[in-house]
Amino acid sequence: MFTSNPFAELSASIAPSVMQSYIVVMILLVALGTIYDVLHKKSARYFRANMQKSRAEGTKVGGGEMLSIAIRTAVVDVAASGEFCNPRRRIAHLLTMYGFIAFALTTAIMVFRYPTPDVATPAILVQLWWLGAAMVCIGGYWFWFFIRADVAAEGSSPFRVMRADLFILSLLASATLALVWAYLQATGNAWATSAFWLHVLATTLLFGSVPWSKFAHMFFKPAAAFEKRISAANGTRSNLPAPANQPEKFGSVDHRPRNY
Amino acid sequence: MPTFVYMTRCDGCGHCVDICPSDIMHIDKTYRRAYNIEPNMCWECYSCVKACPQNAIDARGYADFAPLGHSVRVLREEEKGTISWKIKFRNGHEKNFESPIRTTQWGTIPSPAEFPEPSQEDYKSQELAHEPDVLNIDGGLPALAPDQLKKGVV
Repeated sequence: MFTSNPFAELSASIAPSVMQSYIVVMILLVALGTIYDVLHKKSARYFRANMQKSRAEGTKVGGGEMLSIAIRTAVVDVAASGEFCNPRRRIAHLLTMYGFIAFALTTAIMVFRYPTPDVATPAILVQLWWLGAAMVCIGGYWFWFFIRADVAAEGSSPFRVMRADLFILSLLASATLALVWAYLQATGNAWATSAFWLHVLATTLLFGSVPWSKFAHMFFKPAAAFEKRISAANGTRSNLPAPANQPEKFGSVDHRPRNY
Repeated sequence: MPTFVYMTRCDGCGHCVDICPSDIMHIDKTYRRAYNIEPNMCWECYSCVKACPQNAIDARGYADFAPLGHSVRVLREEEKGTISWKIKFRNGHEKNFESPIRTTQWGTIPSPAEFPEPSQEDYKSQELAHEPDVLNIDGGLPALAPDQLKKGVV
């Protein structure tokens, strides 16, 4: 089960060209949805205006420093989800993010490069596909039931659904149904076809709902993190105070006399 | 001056919801970001401002005396144990302060759930819950002996 390409098996009933066309359509939907989202919410204009204001008010940041900030943003804020202050949220986000990347990439590679059983699929690719979908489920359900703010801080029911949940729920449905479909297909269960079409429905919802969901955050969040670091480097710090320069005097209070 | 949240900075972690003594910081039901549901009821303790790890909460002056460009921004640095304040007045005047975050060490105050449940005997005591241990007083709370009291009290 963990070594056979589920899409190659599927090619007996659905032509590989149809699967490939579907992936191209999904990529186009994400691209168009993101452009619409950026224009509609004016997020690009907001970040650009913020950056220009920060550049006008602050000191000049050199090219080398800019490159170093870009690398730090990529490594700390993007690759390691460094903006999260809650370690549980950070781990859940890392699981979901890397799971999604592995799941989406391996799906595309298997469908385009190894579409039929005639072309042997490397076992590692299939295993990465399973692992990616499982990581999405672990990180996503952990977030959904235990970590998200309205459950953890507000005490709301985890089953209360709203529009802000469109992204996480469609992602979870897509990954979960993919696992269910692949398992049922590998075991020869008759429900495999139903599970597959439900998976297609959830995936279409995930990629087709970009303008209404928070899918586009994966594109503009890195830009926001970069802008935040630039404003720290040029001294404007988004109007925040300068970092404390006398912590030994005003900070740690180990040696302060108790006043009660 | 009650607090408000920059929605673009907030990541919905819920720290402000947990810490607000007035229970007016809540998570928006549509965008899942924090907001002050009732600025009129804000005690202005700034617990949420200080607790926010994303520096997403600011203080807003009342419109009748502090419009046009004033701001109160806070930077909390746990590793240094400091909290810095930048107060910008509406005439452009700016003041910066640096102070300790708190007067006790991080992690030294246990939450109520970490204490054992009081026994029936504890309820009959004059002392409040977990006294005198939580006050760091050895040997019980200081009390006057009957012979130290004014004549006629006992």
